[in-house]
Amino acid sequence: MVLRRLLQGLRKTREKLGDGLSRLLGGRRPLDEDLIEEIEELLYTADLGPTGEELVAGIQDAWKKKEITETGELRRWLRNALLARVRGASGRLAQAAEGPTVILVAGVNGSGKTTSIAKLAKFLKDRGDKVCLCAADTFRAAAVEQLTLWAERLGVDIVKQDTGADPAAVAFDAVEASIARKVDTLIVDTAGRLHTQKNLMRELEKIIRVIGKRIPEAPHETLLVLDATTGQNAIRQAEEFGKIVPIDGLILAKLDGTAKGGAAFSIHDALGIPIKFVGLGERLEDLEAFDPESFVDGILGEERGEGAREPDGSL
Amino acid sequence: MFESLTSALGKAFQSLRGQRNLTEENIQEGLKAVRRALLEADVHFKVVKSFVNRVKESALGREVLQSVSPADQFVKICHDELVRLMGSETARIPVADQGPTVVMLAGLQGSGKTTTCAKLAHYVRKRKKKRPLLVAADLQRPAAVEQLRTLGRQLGIEVYEEGVDGNPPAVCERGIRHAFRNGHDFVILDTAGRLHVDDRLMKELEEVVKRCKPHAVVLVCDAMLGQDAVNSAGEFHRRLPLTGIVLTKLDGDTRGGAALSVREVTGCPVLFAGVGEKTEDLEEFHPDRMAGRILGMGDVVGLVERAQEVLDEKDAEKAAKKLLKGRFTFEDFLKQMQMVRKLGPLKKVLGMLPGMGQALEGVEIEDGHFARLEAMILSMTPLERRDPDRIDLSRRRRIAAGSGNELQAVHNLIKQFKQMRKMFGKMGKGGIGGGLSPEMLAGKGPRKGFRTPKGGAPFGSGRPGGRKRGRGF
Ligand SMILES: Nc1nc2c(ncn2[C@@H]2O[C@H](COP(=O)(O)OP(=O)(O)OP(=O)(O)O)[C@@H](O)[C@H]2O)c(=O)[nH]1
Ligand SMILES: Nc1nc2c(ncn2[C@@H]2O[C@H](COP(=O)(O)OP(=O)(O)O)[C@@H](O)[C@H]2O)c(=O)[nH]1
Ligand SMILES: [Mg+2]
Ligand SMILES: [Mg+2]
Repeated sequence: MVLRRLLQGLRKTREKLGDGLSRLLGGRRPLDEDLIEEIEELLYTADLGPTGEELVAGIQDAWKKKEITETGELRRWLRNALLARVRGASGRLAQAAEGPTVILVAGVNGSGKTTSIAKLAKFLKDRGDKVCLCAADTFRAAAVEQLTLWAERLGVDIVKQDTGADPAAVAFDAVEASIARKVDTLIVDTAGRLHTQKNLMRELEKIIRVIGKRIPEAPHETLLVLDATTGQNAIRQAEEFGKIVPIDGLILAKLDGTAKGGAAFSIHDALGIPIKFVGLGERLEDLEAFDPESFVDGILGEERGEGAREPDGSL
Repeated sequence: MFESLTSALGKAFQSLRGQRNLTEENIQEGLKAVRRALLEADVHFKVVKSFVNRVKESALGREVLQSVSPADQFVKICHDELVRLMGSETARIPVADQGPTVVMLAGLQGSGKTTTCAKLAHYVRKRKKKRPLLVAADLQRPAAVEQLRTLGRQLGIEVYEEGVDGNPPAVCERGIRHAFRNGHDFVILDTAGRLHVDDRLMKELEEVVKRCKPHAVVLVCDAMLGQDAVNSAGEFHRRLPLTGIVLTKLDGDTRGGAALSVREVTGCPVLFAGVGEKTEDLEEFHPDRMAGRILGMGDVVGLVERAQEVLDEKDAEKAAKKLLKGRFTFEDFLKQMQMVRKLGPLKKVLGMLPGMGQALEGVEIEDGHFARLEAMILSMTPLERRDPDRIDLSRRRRIAAGSGNELQAVHNLIKQFKQMRKMFGKMGKGGIGGGLSPEMLAGKGPRKGFRTPKGGAPFGSGRPGGRKRGRGF
């Protein structure tokens, strides 16, 4: 199910681009510099950045040592190398031992926080949780209204104040209300902020501190929402947000486009942060648990998993 | 903006320093560093490749200048090539000959379209004396109409909307008609964010273009975009008659290489840079300056321009005169400080100075420091402010207590103030570097070759490519 949806999203990619590993590495041709450069391009254009550089160095090395000599081997090598790095990247949401579980969602402007929260709320509600949302983005025009509309569509509670209110105060209210109403999961939406804005990062710190006043272990789960179209700056985002609060997981939104989201790969590679969910559209059902295999196949532009017959194998 | 790219190139050129000629060999490292820096900066792989090749050709075919170092020459070649790539002229939004100018904004989800609509409306009203109308045609995202309505209300700019039902092309069309009837001379269409591969929604935009014949179709791009920028921008370009780009979120630390990619794939100039969430955070985009920034030459012109916008020139000149005569007081100092603060966060301001972007990387500049200085000066009596020599120890204690600072901080302030006064006093008498004029200090110095063309960018008149709009809807 997960795989199918992800592949649906990714199919669009290939139809548009017609690139991918299969085209490059179909059949069994001997390796040469040109091929390796095309692989380099494939990895770089997936936003893999430094990870791509490492992989290319690894390929060069293995080629020199004659560990890989033709395209079939290269293909297996590459897929395995990528998979090895993200195989353990998925992860489950934390849960409070008792009382409400508080999930805080943060990220830069426009990355997909609010929409992802709505999707997550649906996921949890369908699981049977009593869910409450907290509108702690009191800055952006109509951010409160946006979350309110989602809450109405979902039929879940929302705690909010007027735009311009102190976000930490709203968060505190929401925690209080969640305890009183015996809510299972409270999801806190925050305003988009660039990690370079010291005052806004301090504001985030305060929101977290205030939540912790009422429930010491909270937030139990802090999720950073990344836009899959973002390049290398994503790594800076993860690093800097991580300095304010330990990031328990990433949500990689907008993976339904042609972007491969390779930056999330690098983040996991460098910082070990799990990738918990991927966003595959604007509707409530467009959220999926992260699946390493489909993700890697997406990056390589491959539709089938390991062991499946190569699409162009008949040529 | 591009600080990190700047510093990476800086390092690359360092290895070139001290060599006599530009040779295939000795630019190899430089080229590699440029390639790496550009890739790290998210410039698309292919764009990087062709850029590096062009730089190489250009460098090798050239006579080695005797007057400058090979490193500087190499910097110049990269700079010229970057400028060429980003468009060497200041871009303009066309202005309609008759009826309202119609500008449509489009782009991916969350790129900053709605915010940019509001910024643009604010900009044309303030700088171009236009009477803008915003049209809410994002019927997709929850509360998108409300978002634009709120921004319009904050600005006191009218928003045409029909709620969230109906179809966007029709809303746009009626919005333009509304503008005609109500004397608006500038219409900005806010459309829903969409993926370039979403055929249905891309058709919808084509329909808006067909029915509304906008004078400008602007693609709003997030400056943090990675390699996929060429795919999305390329597809928007293929389906829509794009005329320009707005690059948003440049206030962060993204290296912004997508600017180059997008420019390359669409051929459209970048018109504006979004540098914050507020409506005034929109800056004109100047490719030459941006290239200068990329290469570590700073953005002095940008600073001067911004200074002119928020500073009172007469005040600044008066203060500068006093400064040069050594008659500067704490009152003047306070005034100056308040002016500089109006320019924006200190780091942003300093970052615009040549070479500072690199120097400031990783350095935290606290605007709070300003506030502390201000508090100390405000704790002085008017007499003390005018005659700092009078401030003895007991007065210093009082000032420290009154402003909530350590005594040492007050000592430092007064010491530095006196040093500065002395130094500038000497400069005024021509003691250092031939002397400064008050005009130069006030930011009015000669800026040959930097001044923007008369009439002010990025607006021009007439239409691009002779696209005409039918008269009378
Ligand atoms: N195609 C696609 N669009 C998405 C996805 N997630 C979010 N979006 C869209 O991206 C845009 C921004 O999403 P929001 O959820 O408002 O983002 P945000 O991070 O809350 O934004 P700010 O609060 O303004 O910083 C909206 O138009 C969403 O519909 C996704 O997975 N795929
Ligand atoms: N820091 C920063 N944030 C911006 C800028 N432009 C837009 N934003 C923010 O990015 C988010 C998405 O902007 P919005 O205009 O709603 O995007 P749209 O979905 O394309 O209409 C909002 O949180 C804006 O406040 C900018 O130049 N700098
Ligand atoms: Mg939001
Ligand atoms: Mg919008």
